[in-house]
Amino acid sequence: MIELRFILEGGDFDRAGTASSETKKILKQLNIDPKVIKHTVVALYEAEVNIAAHAYRGEVTITVSDHQIVAVLKDEGPGIADIKRAMLEGFSTASPKVREMGFGAGMGLPNMKKNADVLEVESTPGFGTTVKMIFDF
Amino acid sequence: MTMNIFHHAIQIDEAKCVGCVHCMRVCPTEAIRIREGKAMIIQSRCIDCGQCMRACPAKAFYIKQNDLKMLQDFKYRIALFPAVMIGQFPDKISEEQIYQAMLALGFTHLMEVEQPIKILIDLTKEYLQENEVTKPCISAFCPAVVRLIQIKYPSLVDNIIPLKAPHDLAAHFILQTLMSQGVKKEEIGIFYITPCAAKISAVKSPVGDQPSVVDGIISMSDFYNKVRQLIPREEENETGAQRKYLTREGVLWSTSRGESSRFGNRAIAIDGIHSVVKFLDRLENDEVQGFDFLEMRACDQSCAGGILMTGNRFTTTERLEQRSKNYPSYREKELATNLDKDELTQCLLIDEIKPYNAFSLDDDITRAMEKMTKAQRIICFLPGIDCGACGSPNCQALAEDMVQGNAKMSDCIFLQQRWQHEARIGVEKAFLNLEKRWGEGRFNADCNKRGRRNEGF
Repeated sequence: MIELRFILEGGDFDRAGTASSETKKILKQLNIDPKVIKHTVVALYEAEVNIAAHAYRGEVTITVSDHQIVAVLKDEGPGIADIKRAMLEGFSTASPKVREMGFGAGMGLPNMKKNADVLEVESTPGFGTTVKMIFDF
Repeated sequence: MTMNIFHHAIQIDEAKCVGCVHCMRVCPTEAIRIREGKAMIIQSRCIDCGQCMRACPAKAFYIKQNDLKMLQDFKYRIALFPAVMIGQFPDKISEEQIYQAMLALGFTHLMEVEQPIKILIDLTKEYLQENEVTKPCISAFCPAVVRLIQIKYPSLVDNIIPLKAPHDLAAHFILQTLMSQGVKKEEIGIFYITPCAAKISAVKSPVGDQPSVVDGIISMSDFYNKVRQLIPREEENETGAQRKYLTREGVLWSTSRGESSRFGNRAIAIDGIHSVVKFLDRLENDEVQGFDFLEMRACDQSCAGGILMTGNRFTTTERLEQRSKNYPSYREKELATNLDKDELTQCLLIDEIKPYNAFSLDDDITRAMEKMTKAQRIICFLPGIDCGACGSPNCQALAEDMVQGNAKMSDCIFLQQRWQHEARIGVEKAFLNLEKRWGEGRFNADCNKRGRRNEGF
């Protein structure tokens, strides 16, 4: 089992993508199917951008075992009031500033759902959100 | 680790290699190690980009090429060369004089590879309009980039446009032209004058399965020197017929934006291997979206900056820009009508671009994980200075080399120093370890040693 941990800062779009890039490098070294790598990395990047766009800080834990990759992204932030609505394509609560930077199109969670085999979102409004994604191979 | 899938053009002359770390540091795929004081290339990782050759202060890297004597074997001798060849000459030497000098070298036909570019432009446009293509489409023009994607970005192989490069098109074009005039195939010798090492490898082991029709490869730097000596004082005869299909777009094709300015609504041109690496990293994360076409070239200023080019890459590009103004657009130019376009099209298709992951620690996932855990533990002990004195490009690479059984803890000079400090290893033993990696006598004082002052290091 391989475990990777990354700390993310809210508002730091420059560093969003570090966790996905590092994870990608490791997965290639583990000789995991390129298609699985692609799904993992795309979903992970979306999740990272979500933390940069909405949360104050976050922590990413990636666990790779011989049959799956589990990614847990735990953040401290405003949380999601209506998860069902947040899962809809095009629904976004991103600020105009974030949208100006080219993010916040409301495709984040739907895209994560599309790429992960399992997506679980738990949130306490006012405290934060935890996203768990599983990628099987 | 030494699995050899591709032919490699770049070789190291051990007699010239002084055992420094310049090449190892610049290699974009971490394909170089220093063993016993000499650089060595991990073949499965080399993409023939030529960065090592550029960085080497001792000129220890060279490329395998054919001898011009081979010309004697053929009745029809064709020089295939990219337009950047002309761009490297100073302004005072005319295109006409250069062509005459090349003929004087013994060639019967001169073929700038970009002459029939119209065919490639049309085919690429057709491909980009197909519905199922994976966007952004990446041009297969630069063989170093294609190999880089194959070994490091396997999930992007489907983005590569499966159409061969202009030199393949030109080779088939001239072959077909001559054969339609009744010439026998075995009488024709095609020689490609290459601006870089990657193109050599592409000819010797093409991406697809079919062998190339090129008979010999000549390095542009050697060729330039020979041509330069044969430049006539004055323009003697008219050679314009040799380049009758040349177009404005063709002249500029191998310079930066040569392709990207032709294709798609949204296209990007990237040159320089390290910029290409950064962009592919982002592309693989889906961070880059909405583009139709990517032109990617391993060298700065594209082929004008090829590793075997003599001229300055900026002046070469400028001369080509000036030169292009003398030629019509490809839209106004018709290629000979007696050619079999379907056959040419067939020759240009690449059947399959396979991924070869050259960075996995082991084919078996469980074993790869064990190795990675071990490497992560080793990293705790390494200093993270990334000095390269161990013979691996950085601490992470050293840890990986160790778990593969290709390096030892004692290769790290700082770790050795600590062990001496802790009296766990003798001074004598530590020094022997160093000499084992860098060669006996490597650390003796020597004022004539390569790399002394004023030697251009």
